[in-house]
Amino acid sequence: MIQLTINGKAQHVDVAPDTPLLWVLRDSLQMTGTKYGCGQGLCGACTVHVDGEPVRACSTPVSDVVGRRITTIEAVDGERVGKVVQEAWRKLDVVQCGYCQSGQIMSAVALLTQNRKPSDADIDNAMAGNLCRCATYVRIRAAIHEAAKALA
Amino acid sequence: MSEIIIENLSRRRFLQGSAGLTLGFCLPAVATAAAGKLGAAAAVNAEINAFLQIGTDNSVTVMSKHLEMGQGTYTGLATILADELDADWAQVRVEGAAADAKRYNNTFWGPAQGTGGSTAMANSWEQMRKAGASGRAMLVSAAARRWQVGAAEIVVRDGIVSHAGSGRKASFGELALDAANETVPTEVKLKDPKDFRLIGKQAKRKDSAAKTNGTAQFTQDVFLPGMLVAVVAHPPQFGATVKSFDASKAKAIKGVVDVVQIPQGVAVLATDTWSAKKGRDALSVTWDDSKAFKLGSDEILAKYKEMAKKPGLVAKQTGDTAKTFAGAAKVVSASFDFPYLAHAAMEPMNCVVHLKADGCEVWNGEQFQTVDQGRVAALFGLKPEQVKLNMLYAGGSFGRRACTQSDYVLEAAHIVKAINGKAPVKLVWLREDDMRGGYYRPMFHHALEAALDGSGQLVGWRHRLVGQSIITGSPFEAMLVKDGIDHVSVEGASNLPYAIPNLLVDLHTPTDIGVPVLWWRSVGSSHTAYSTEVFLDEVAAAMGKDPVALRLELLTGHPKHAGVLKLAADKANWGTPLKATAGERRGRGVAVHESFSSFVAQVAEVTVKKDGSIKVDRIICAVDCGTAINPDNIRSQVEGGVGFALSAALHGEITLKAGQVEQGNFDGYAPIRIDEMPVVEVHIVPSGAAPTGIGEPGVPPLAPAVANAIAAATGKFLHRMPFNTAELVA
Repeated sequence: MIQLTINGKAQHVDVAPDTPLLWVLRDSLQMTGTKYGCGQGLCGACTVHVDGEPVRACSTPVSDVVGRRITTIEAVDGERVGKVVQEAWRKLDVVQCGYCQSGQIMSAVALLTQNRKPSDADIDNAMAGNLCRCATYVRIRAAIHEAAKALA
Repeated sequence: MSEIIIENLSRRRFLQGSAGLTLGFCLPAVATAAAGKLGAAAAVNAEINAFLQIGTDNSVTVMSKHLEMGQGTYTGLATILADELDADWAQVRVEGAAADAKRYNNTFWGPAQGTGGSTAMANSWEQMRKAGASGRAMLVSAAARRWQVGAAEIVVRDGIVSHAGSGRKASFGELALDAANETVPTEVKLKDPKDFRLIGKQAKRKDSAAKTNGTAQFTQDVFLPGMLVAVVAHPPQFGATVKSFDASKAKAIKGVVDVVQIPQGVAVLATDTWSAKKGRDALSVTWDDSKAFKLGSDEILAKYKEMAKKPGLVAKQTGDTAKTFAGAAKVVSASFDFPYLAHAAMEPMNCVVHLKADGCEVWNGEQFQTVDQGRVAALFGLKPEQVKLNMLYAGGSFGRRACTQSDYVLEAAHIVKAINGKAPVKLVWLREDDMRGGYYRPMFHHALEAALDGSGQLVGWRHRLVGQSIITGSPFEAMLVKDGIDHVSVEGASNLPYAIPNLLVDLHTPTDIGVPVLWWRSVGSSHTAYSTEVFLDEVAAAMGKDPVALRLELLTGHPKHAGVLKLAADKANWGTPLKATAGERRGRGVAVHESFSSFVAQVAEVTVKKDGSIKVDRIICAVDCGTAINPDNIRSQVEGGVGFALSAALHGEITLKAGQVEQGNFDGYAPIRIDEMPVVEVHIVPSGAAPTGIGEPGVPPLAPAVANAIAAATGKFLHRMPFNTAELVA
């Protein structure tokens, strides 16, 4: 049994230590907001926070996150930045298919937590790991600025 | 599977405005217990008609016959219905309807249900208006009966039914059960467009909340009791089959439950995805490649170029091109190459199938209900109506889920069959399975020639295309292949809008290429818009004419093309200089194209650096798609179309070597990321015409507009996609 702290709650899972955190979240715990997109850390659909840092869950063995604070999309509104980012996303109707958006939001929240007034270049740097095949990028950029305004 | 044939029965009738529509009302109206999430345990949903349920909790549920794959269809369909119903937008919810071709057929496709060809709004426009207006009339009659007042004196607004004379009023919820028992009106009066309260306004997306908090349900998120996850070892080449396999190592992995052979390969079934993947990796499979397709992309292209030397089947002919070219003062020519392209939706293909005693249930981002239902039923020996298809949100599709051969859906069903239905199965394609699974936008080679006469006028145009047919062998063959010409191979080329007196478009359709091909967002226009619009700029350069001026001269018979072109050029300040910093070249380029009955012009502003690298700075778009049901969604679809098309222009390419696909993941096949996304401006032409498509039409003009901007900056026209930036080094 491996013990994890996810969204402030202790969880026990019976998986091999090399199992990626993504599949522990999705299959063992059925927390399906975090998505599988590539399995190689290339698309960012599986982005979660580990001790506040954005991490690709598909390429993070569960053994690496024992004893660390894991936050997923399901609880990202527990803090103000997460709530504000979700509101900005809804206000601007950012989503299309929506599949990558959990990961986009997790990356955006991590950015705004560290940088309350990101420039376009800061946004490009922080968000370039998150693919969106619907190319909602124009609105992602606008929503991050919108959230930054709301947080100011 | 040739028994599944789709014929275009109703499009003509529909366009002529006669009664080709069915509302699919279900009588007597049934009150069904609502899902628990609605709140009050006692709430029930009264079915008013096939598209509308009103809950006693005052919810208005619009049943969507179309797949929501990002294009905003749930919001669009609900907007149309809710406007005629006079509902309050806040009370409206949308649910995907279970497959039922009788109630939910695509009215452009005859008796078949499916989403595609940017038809969702266009084919549903009148149907959803009538469904809403009919529901409104039934609420009004229910109120009139209850209050003993005249129906004509009753007013409905924002979800409230009221009668001024008596001061009575009621919510939809209070009237729901009575309304469901009212007679369905045979004739309903639709609103005058000036009275629209939602259509043309800013109705917010209905799927934003669920898609920003992780609760939206995709196929990937389905879990059933006892369900197994299957990951499949597919052959390395198209057409190869399993010769033998050794599953002993796979079966030794914890979590692996079963290993079965299916026509598509070898499936490893496990209790969870990771175990199934480890099991597949541990499999040892020997493939029989005796019937496999073994050519590489270079060899296919060489073959196509050879074919292009000879005349093909004529797709369009006006005037006499042979005579025109023989007498031309000047001939301009160019050829263009287009690669295979993967759809690469963010959610790789997956499907859940559960075989039960009395039928089968499928969960899928379901885009092609009637086709998939027929095939799954045939496999299990069931009747189509015994296959319940649940349509979930799709994490993108771009055409992929409307597979003419039902490939991944059938693969999931085959696995269930191979285990005799002992457990429900979720087939999961890993990214590499999806990337290498075929059904690509076909590779194409185009050769174009233009003839100028002694006075420098453009008098002749020849366009030859070589590429595989998407439609031949599919259920759409009878509808879309005529005299050997696959309509979607030449769309955008055979209907060239320019007034050129002598025109010849011909087509070669190779039949010995074993790479499965499929429609990819904007289908034929994904390549024909590029070759026609870039080549026209080459011709303009040879004539010494401005690209916008030449187009306007040639578009005399096509006012909608001209309208969007003028609007985009105007908004982009066409003709004014662009500022460039030292060492950079900048240019502006334009393209205009009609697809799916919508018209889009785009002006691109591009910077080319010394090393040849390209930055697309800004795209100014003008769109005419008839009545703008949801202007913000139109902007969103065009923004997304720009990004999708730019991915193909800059990077997109599936290549084969000895029959094996070389790309496997997003490193080798790279959609653009946020740092490559230009600023996008979208201007919508006001229109009172019936709505046309918007999911796809934003795609075709982008690549040619960018290429023309690059040519404006560098003098170099690019003849292949993706662009070869090495040609642009200063």
